[in-house]
Amino acid sequence: MKLMYLLAALPFIAILGGIVFANRVEPYVLGLPFILFWIVLWVVLTSGIMATIYRIDPANREDDSE
Amino acid sequence: MNVALIIIFAFLALAIFLGIRARRGRDMDLEQWSVGGRGFGTIFVFLLLAGEIYTTFTFLGGSGWAYGQGGPAFYILSYGCLAYIMSYWLLPAVWRYANENRLHSQADFFVSKYGSPALGVLVSLVAVVAMVPYLALQIRGLGLIVSAASYGTISATVASIIGVVAVVVYVIISGIHGSAWTAVLKDIMVLGVVVFLGLYLPFKLYGGIGEMFHQIQAQKPDFLTLPGQGYSPAWFISTVLLTALGFYMWPHTFGSTFSAQNERVFKRNAIFMPLYQLVLLFVFFVGFAAVLKVPGLEGDKVDLSLLMISKDTFSSPVVGLIGATGLLTALVPGSMLLMVSSTLLAKNVYKAFAPSTTEAQVGTLAKILVPFVGLAALLFALSSGQAIVLLLLLGYSLVTQLFPSLLFSLMANNLVTKWGAASGIIVGVATVTYVTVTGTTIGQLLPFLPQAAADTNIGIVALAVNVVVLLVVSFATGGLAVRREQSA
Repeated sequence: MKLMYLLAALPFIAILGGIVFANRVEPYVLGLPFILFWIVLWVVLTSGIMATIYRIDPANREDDSE
Repeated sequence: MNVALIIIFAFLALAIFLGIRARRGRDMDLEQWSVGGRGFGTIFVFLLLAGEIYTTFTFLGGSGWAYGQGGPAFYILSYGCLAYIMSYWLLPAVWRYANENRLHSQADFFVSKYGSPALGVLVSLVAVVAMVPYLALQIRGLGLIVSAASYGTISATVASIIGVVAVVVYVIISGIHGSAWTAVLKDIMVLGVVVFLGLYLPFKLYGGIGEMFHQIQAQKPDFLTLPGQGYSPAWFISTVLLTALGFYMWPHTFGSTFSAQNERVFKRNAIFMPLYQLVLLFVFFVGFAAVLKVPGLEGDKVDLSLLMISKDTFSSPVVGLIGATGLLTALVPGSMLLMVSSTLLAKNVYKAFAPSTTEAQVGTLAKILVPFVGLAALLFALSSGQAIVLLLLLGYSLVTQLFPSLLFSLMANNLVTKWGAASGIIVGVATVTYVTVTGTTIGQLLPFLPQAAADTNIGIVALAVNVVVLLVVSFATGGLAVRREQSA
């Protein structure tokens, strides 16, 4: 349960808090300025995090046998 | 009339044709019309909610801001992501209550939760006022597209009038049935056009995406990051937070969640929605490609960057196709907004004062209101002269004021009273309105604050004032007492 909320908090910390440190052009990653790469990275990670949360959320466990 | 314009008007005719066809032989009651009988599964709700991402705001506004502001445009990619995380817990709770109580609209939700039809009127009015700038930006977009595609023969003002007439006619003829099919067509075209332009332009004009960013950095240092003041990191953080909280507060978005079959739908969608957003990346590429190639656009002209670089690069028929895509991105959400706001005014405002009004009369009144709401949006579009992104941010500042009372209403023990909810919303909206109308900034109001506080988005400041007033008034009107009784 607690792990679930911790995971959900990560993108908030990374995007809202991390932007202060990620607000830079160098180094370029995959051709993108670092700030844009940082945001794209977290958009992709958010998708993975939500998939993980969906798995471990006990609320989804009851009728998993369908 | 040139080829580009002919193609654009052909697509307008096609959209209206799809609307007329979809309407034939089907007659829906309010339950069917507004919430689709509550039978939509993951894929349909996904399309319904995802379709709302691709509006003129993304197509012209997103590229326009990447062109005009650079780094600050990245906020557009950030807030949806955080909103989807919240949706995992927020939407199932909203859906469960709405489904149990057979609710139709966002205003119904507040009426039911707080037991106050008057609060429903207030919420509807705030929502409609917030939707006017949102609608205005779609009309502005339509105007820009028609005017650009006419290669200067139609002025932007005349084109905006053509735009509003197109949306109004479309809504009156086709209603919601037309939107579904046109929305599918729109999403396919946007996906194709945006990904194509986002890859083709950087490679053709700069030799690659990395190469393009290096050249921009060399000629305009610091353009790709957030500046030290103005659209600074403090602005970014407060704006992302504001727009993430307000994301589901738009009446049309809030209302589409009611159409889901079960609450699992939202939880699955929270996984895929963030990835769907990455299309925005290509929108940014188009805006950045225009930075060095079509320089000199300023103010609200930045929204033209996508169209200008397309005109410089492609022949007239291709420009026509791009324009037609833009037309659909404005027409579909524009018609949604127009319908929802007219229905809200008829059902949750007029009917609250005249409870004996029948369902059929509400429907007729809603249709009569459509041209008037359209006219209000047109006047707003013509008078404001602000870039598309700033219009949407104004709408967000207003609509997010509904978030605190919604959130409190979902708690097991709601300590907020209807008086608290109403006072909070009124004070929040009044703060945004005062600051917008007088053009003051936080820095001017409270000059002793550091720069970071001065750059904070006014919507977030209003939200804080909103919450304080909401809690104080709730305690004064017995919210705490009710809570004690319940827990005793």
